Amino acid sequence: MSRYSRHIILEDIGIDGQNKLNQAKVLVIGAGGLGCPVLQYLAAAGIGHIGIIDFDIVEESNLQRQILYGTSNLGQQKAIAAKQRLTDLNSTIVVDAFTEALTPQNALAYFSNYDIIVDGTDNFETRYLINDAAILTNKPVVYGAIYKFEGQVSVFNYNNGPSYRCLFPNSPSKNDIPNCSEVGVLGVLPGIIGTMQANEVIKIILGFKNVLSGKLYCYNSKTTQTFTIDIKKSTTEFEKIKSKRDHFEKQHYTKTCDSTVKEMTIDKALQKENILFIDVRELDELPKANRLQHIKIPLSTLNHELHNIDKTKTIMMFCKSGTRSKKAVSMLQEHNITNCYSIKNGITAIENYFKIHA
Amino acid sequence: MILTIKYFGMLAEVTECAEETITFSESTVSELLKMLLAKYPALEKKEFQVAQNQTLVSEDAQILNSEIVLLPPFAGG
Repeated sequence: MSRYSRHIILEDIGIDGQNKLNQAKVLVIGAGGLGCPVLQYLAAAGIGHIGIIDFDIVEESNLQRQILYGTSNLGQQKAIAAKQRLTDLNSTIVVDAFTEALTPQNALAYFSNYDIIVDGTDNFETRYLINDAAILTNKPVVYGAIYKFEGQVSVFNYNNGPSYRCLFPNSPSKNDIPNCSEVGVLGVLPGIIGTMQANEVIKIILGFKNVLSGKLYCYNSKTTQTFTIDIKKSTTEFEKIKSKRDHFEKQHYTKTCDSTVKEMTIDKALQKENILFIDVRELDELPKANRLQHIKIPLSTLNHELHNIDKTKTIMMFCKSGTRSKKAVSMLQEHNITNCYSIKNGITAIENYFKIHA
Repeated sequence: MILTIKYFGMLAEVTECAEETITFSESTVSELLKMLLAKYPALEKKEFQVAQNQTLVSEDAQILNSEIVLLPPFAGG
């Protein structure tokens, strides 16, 4: 037990506390900016059973903040790469890697196998899905979310405390709030917020009194200001979710929230068959995607050129960073063209792909 | 009454300030929001909650405290 000696000599942990950590089961959803520090500290602390759900692959732009990965992991599944790193960090624990997305169909089964759920996702539909599945399976959720230089932390559904919907009952409207890939984020910020999430997980397992339940902790890394807001439980929000239990698996979270826009990495897009790439940038924008077979329809004229799009194909749209192509996907969806995706990180990712696969 | 309004996250981009003081002569949160929406029409499209005295308040609550926070949800991770 010398691995945990610095825990064990703490009066508030001791051998009993360390045993609790070793027996705990924690599911981390999203192995990105928040998930990486959460996973790193939970594995180091000896959390006996850790599950990782992430369908994404490691890209170069992740390495600025997703500290479990290195250059040698580029192109690998995040869940698998994270598991490798954690097993090296602590081979005495069990780590399960799941490379699929969390969905209403699989969420209840996943959650029932763990004691605590950690929300390290990057979109609203999964955050509401996590909230609702946690209410139905009665599991606490350790929540973290970030925007540029600001972060939020809370613990939901813990000891009869409030849930995410008690804080934000309404899903933000479409295209309202962009994610990190569109707006950027200070790399160290998810490190701070994710580490605070790991701390809350450990407090829950050890039975500490002042778990961050019923409160939202807000942190601004630019001003070093913090702000804690009290959240009251809304029984109506809980009842709404519980009443939906019977058809929970049939719900479509993607239709009710922001980020309804489907994104795909260029690597994955190129593995698909019968695809049509569309450059939605203005015609004179550089760099040109010379190595990729595509057609050009600027976002500004897309509405008038719908007839030029072959709807029998899976449509992959790209721009500079992914912002306009997401708008383009929403636009096509409004015209009932649903088999379409936005290429994550746009031309930057496309250029990187052809650099690696030269 | 003089109120200090704090704008978190993307709301500060709409208002182009993280904090400001305003003179408020009415009484409820919804009246305050009406005033802020008139000043910043783009806030209309944003989802956010209002906190007063470090507690979330509903739109029919009375404005009692001089410090109000407008708090949006964040998606990022």
